[in-house]
Amino acid sequence: MKPILALLTLALFAAPAAAQEAQSPASTSDLGAPVPTMGEVETIEQQDGGLTFTVTDESEWQDLGIAIPGFATDRDTPTPANSSGTAALGKELARVVFNDLKNNGLFKPVGPDSLPQPTFPQITAPNWPTWSSRGAEMLVHGYVRARGDNKLTVGCYLYDMALKSELVREGWVVEPGEWRRAAHKCSDLVYSRLSGEDPFFDSRIAYIAETGPKGNRVKRLAIMDSDGANHRFITTGRSTALTPRFSPDYSKLLYLSYVDGNPRIYVYDIGTGRQTLVTESGNPTIAPRWSPDGRYILYSMAVAGNTDIYRVPAGGGQSVRLTDAPGIDIGGSYSPDGSQIVFESDRSGGQQIYVMNADGSNQRRISFFGGRAATPEWSPRGDQIAFTRIAGDFNIAVMSPNGRNMRTLTDGWQDEAPTWSPNGRIIQFFRTERGSGKASLWQVDLTGRNLRRLPTPVDASDPAWGPILP
Amino acid sequence: MKLRFATVALLAGTVALAGCKKEPPESLPPEPAPTTSAPTPTGPSGPVLGTQEHFENAVNGQNVIYFDTDRYNIDSADMAALQTQAQYLAQYPNISITVEGHADERGTREYNLALGERRANAAKNYLVSLGVAANRVRTVSYGKERPVALGSNEAAWAQNRRAVSVVVN
Repeated sequence: MKPILALLTLALFAAPAAAQEAQSPASTSDLGAPVPTMGEVETIEQQDGGLTFTVTDESEWQDLGIAIPGFATDRDTPTPANSSGTAALGKELARVVFNDLKNNGLFKPVGPDSLPQPTFPQITAPNWPTWSSRGAEMLVHGYVRARGDNKLTVGCYLYDMALKSELVREGWVVEPGEWRRAAHKCSDLVYSRLSGEDPFFDSRIAYIAETGPKGNRVKRLAIMDSDGANHRFITTGRSTALTPRFSPDYSKLLYLSYVDGNPRIYVYDIGTGRQTLVTESGNPTIAPRWSPDGRYILYSMAVAGNTDIYRVPAGGGQSVRLTDAPGIDIGGSYSPDGSQIVFESDRSGGQQIYVMNADGSNQRRISFFGGRAATPEWSPRGDQIAFTRIAGDFNIAVMSPNGRNMRTLTDGWQDEAPTWSPNGRIIQFFRTERGSGKASLWQVDLTGRNLRRLPTPVDASDPAWGPILP
Repeated sequence: MKLRFATVALLAGTVALAGCKKEPPESLPPEPAPTTSAPTPTGPSGPVLGTQEHFENAVNGQNVIYFDTDRYNIDSADMAALQTQAQYLAQYPNISITVEGHADERGTREYNLALGERRANAAKNYLVSLGVAANRVRTVSYGKERPVALGSNEAAWAQNRRAVSVVVN
């Protein structure tokens, strides 16, 4: 039987100006070279053991053994994606899928380095005894084939060992520089089919990379894939950068920079490497957020010490002030349908969480439990709001949009600034160490049981998880 | 003592404002001049007027005021310090300052940026109420990004909840 493939052309950052040089002299900006869109990339290797660990979850998912042998190739062919050719690339693809599923904490995968390599014809006709003898309950097969146009075709198949039948299959055509996306799509296929949840692996994270002593931290805007690969610094570190947010289509980043000496929100265009101020004002602007459709930007601006939330069209235009309470109204996260905004305000004394309609009307407090509540983020599924709970220590918590059913998910000394996975099942945040002030990225699922640290090249804070890549 | 106040923006202030001016998107504003005190050469006659050292000497180190947790009100100790600063600014009408607002690490990042701005503005408003021209006092918030005390304890946090007046060079 011949593999039947859905042919999806995956063109990430369909680059209007891939090779454009930085527009401004180095002395007047803090931006590094624009992010290339193809070809060789700086890669941070996943490290087993050291940086990555999982709090054991004793649920039945843990027992679901998934065998993920190397992806096969019809003919070992040179490819820009791997200097050793498509056969070696096939093994790499399987390693990426293995690490995705292992780090998720729900499965017990076995990877290609401890399994035999299936042949190309076996991808669609598995040699069942090979895998059942190893106790596998699920089997992932895949292949990679170099096409005449230099692109790669990657196929992914999930088999149920008990039924000895195929559960799902899909295929993708990718540029060589985007081969990892095909692996993440395979991980998403397996995860979605087995969990019933929406996918999330094929996504990216923006965050702030931190180096230097506590009293003089260097903070750089950086981006990476959801598994830490394809890591890139966007700013040089000459000016402090904070609180990035990917636009829903990944074409832009909002972030705060002190590049002109004041805290200001900039809109950075990833394709061109150019950036603009979110609003032409001499006042400090902070806490940038996108609307779910990418048409609007929320920002908070302090005028004479009083901070309010404003909305401005993403393409530029008139800002609309949404809050006018005395005190600090800040942040803002849209409900997935764009009709409501959850935000933070200290109008009642301390930081608490409020909801308003998207036009600023009907502002009402929803957090009524002990302590303070900050940095609310509406789940992409709409059913939960994640926030920083301040009650002695700082911890990540979730609640229903009506403020009920509050649950604390972490127990660090200072866990702050939750951001949702694209499917609303996992929350990333950053954890600051008491004393040293060193920060790192962590993620926890909604059970609170699967907690792990994300590997980053240096210390890290302010994670912002983007949606599934377009 | 009678205070004399300058009411016009003088050279230093004008330069500072130019630094904040909006530029077209592709050419970002220039890197700011460092706002923290830099060691300045001191001649035989002591710190030079226009330097941070001269200012700090003249106000006897009272260029910093401190705040309680999550608060931004100006208490009596702050008033005394700010009065001393206002006297200096009255004596030297060519001097402009930036008030840098800070928060301790025990707050969320974005809220602390807003809180630092509120603290810097509280200090500025008090200086203005004493007759200092508003355009001689710029504010900037660093939130929890620039702690001066590096511990994670009450004593360190108390030192970091501050508004620092810095002479604009």
